[in-house]
Amino acid sequence: MVRRKKDSDSNDNDKRPIHRKQSKKITNDDDEESSTRTPSGTLQVRNKMVRQLLYAKLKRSKSKSKLKERKARQQSDEPREEPKTIEKKRLRDETWVDENDQETLDDISNDELNNYFTRQADSTEPKLLLTSQEGFPTSFTNKFLKELARILPNTTYFQRRHHPIKRIIKKMNKLGYTDLLVVNEDHGKPCTLYISHLPEGPTMKFRLTNARLSKQLRSNRGKSCAKLTVRPEIILNNFNTRIGIRVGRLLAALFPHDPQYKGRHIITFHNQRDFVFFRHHMYLFKNEKKVALQELGPRFTLKLKSIQHGTFDALYGEYEWIHKPKHKMDTERTKFFL
Amino acid sequence: MQHDDVIWSVLNGQFCSYKQQKSKTQIFCSNEYNLTGLCDRRSCPLANSQYATVREEKGILYLYMKVVERSHYPKKQWEKIKLHENYIRALKQINEHLIYWPRFIRHKCKQRLTKLTQYIIRTRRLMLKKTAKQELVPIKKKAERRERRHEEKAFVAANIDRAIENELLERLKKGTYGDTYTFPVNAISMDEEDEEVESDEDEEEKEKEQESEEEIEYVEDFDESDAEDMEDMGDEEELIKSIPSSKKRSLEIEYEPAVEIPVRGAERAGIIYCYATRDSVADDWHVDKLEFKGSSQSQRFLFYDRALRRTSSSTEKLE
Repeated sequence: MVRRKKDSDSNDNDKRPIHRKQSKKITNDDDEESSTRTPSGTLQVRNKMVRQLLYAKLKRSKSKSKLKERKARQQSDEPREEPKTIEKKRLRDETWVDENDQETLDDISNDELNNYFTRQADSTEPKLLLTSQEGFPTSFTNKFLKELARILPNTTYFQRRHHPIKRIIKKMNKLGYTDLLVVNEDHGKPCTLYISHLPEGPTMKFRLTNARLSKQLRSNRGKSCAKLTVRPEIILNNFNTRIGIRVGRLLAALFPHDPQYKGRHIITFHNQRDFVFFRHHMYLFKNEKKVALQELGPRFTLKLKSIQHGTFDALYGEYEWIHKPKHKMDTERTKFFL
Repeated sequence: MQHDDVIWSVLNGQFCSYKQQKSKTQIFCSNEYNLTGLCDRRSCPLANSQYATVREEKGILYLYMKVVERSHYPKKQWEKIKLHENYIRALKQINEHLIYWPRFIRHKCKQRLTKLTQYIIRTRRLMLKKTAKQELVPIKKKAERRERRHEEKAFVAANIDRAIENELLERLKKGTYGDTYTFPVNAISMDEEDEEVESDEDEEEKEKEQESEEEIEYVEDFDESDAEDMEDMGDEEELIKSIPSSKKRSLEIEYEPAVEIPVRGAERAGIIYCYATRDSVADDWHVDKLEFKGSSQSQRFLFYDRALRRTSSSTEKLE
């Protein structure tokens, strides 16, 4: 079916054998040209070859007119419209926080991670414990865990065996650990990351996707990442809402204070549309305006699934925030939480 | 009055809703109170006014007893007795309660008790295992697909490398790195000044150099091309004036300031770096070191070092 706009100017009337008729009735006069008009006004050509030719012609004329408009737009002095991105169309969140929102700062100064950020004497350097889920991790997850243990400073990889998490947490409190990281896997690949801040901090569950070992990164040329002996710098990008700030603080509290700038290692948590991308680079300033980055170390993406108050207690813990697709948290394309 | 036989003839002959004939050899009874599970004259709980079973509820075993005296109270028909956790004690309990009862029922009850205790032990063991603890959550294909796509798009939108670079440059500007990095601010103007200064020095030094270089021919043997280089020295004077001053070195390698003399032979070209000092302004310059670097090489070759020269009478010395 060839659809014709009634008001279009670009029709080549001389080539078309059919006259345009204002009436919508199907008349017998059209039969000889093997086409009819349907009640809705569209042209119906029975002959496939003719139909295809007509359609191709229509398309060409359309693209021509578009090109014309485009050129006119470019040459005119009208200001160009900004390209619409999802970030720009993002629904304004009530919880979006400005830089120096007093309420946020007050709340933050009383949260569990405050000890780390104000450098109180009793909170020492962060000490992390990294485990897998119950049982034995598969080979890829194993490698991934060992890499993480090498990159995150002051981390020990602890074999889970069958120990229940609550018992592990008890022991960790005695030994002075500050954070527990648990990586669960599914079908041989790591799929979930739990970060639990120890004294009484929040537990966050993330969905881990696209994990790549340092060997697999092209920029690394097949070498695995060495142990990070230098305190890296941290970048936290785009953590804007209240939840985002909470997540950002937890992630920042995994790393020791006072990065060593001479080491030139940088670890980034970049949040884009609720996905937190983890990257580990080494940088070099070529001049004032250029930096060269080389990616080392593993990379993965996190997506926040739930925030639970207190240490790990899946059944009886108090949840601050859960991502519930069933309750239509996912319906709007432009709505983000972090 | 319970007419068990009548009931049985009806159930057996006509219709019993609990009767299951799934296989050709056995007929099963799906009544919950059935002792053996088979559809039998002795096992049918409906056709026996005196009956007993052992049943399990949430891991606890109970003995159910039905007696003729209560046959007209359907609600109170079954007497429920909790059996002991200990298997042997439970057996004794059954023996006590079912004393004087038909042997068939007693025997079957005890058999059933055995089977159920084994079943309970097995379930307990399974529950402790990893597979039982893991809650199986179904994967929603559509949601998964969507999330993966969202992630890809977010990755493209993020442009992470650029974001990181911008952040680093901002930090550099703010001054978080302090004095670790210093870059030359006005590169071009500095060069012009240097040129002027150096050209004056060049003229002074090159005269001395010529003499010293001629001597070097005797002292060291270097590449063959150098011999040709020396011959071209005369023309170099004019070249030196028009040469731009010292090339910018990369940050890593540090060299002392030296005069550079570009040199070209038949086979290769390069630069001779000349280090010279003098004791005072009125004194003559003397050459301390001469290094050569071919244009395609990355390192410099030291081919004359004043400290190493032989103090023999055949060679003239420069003071």
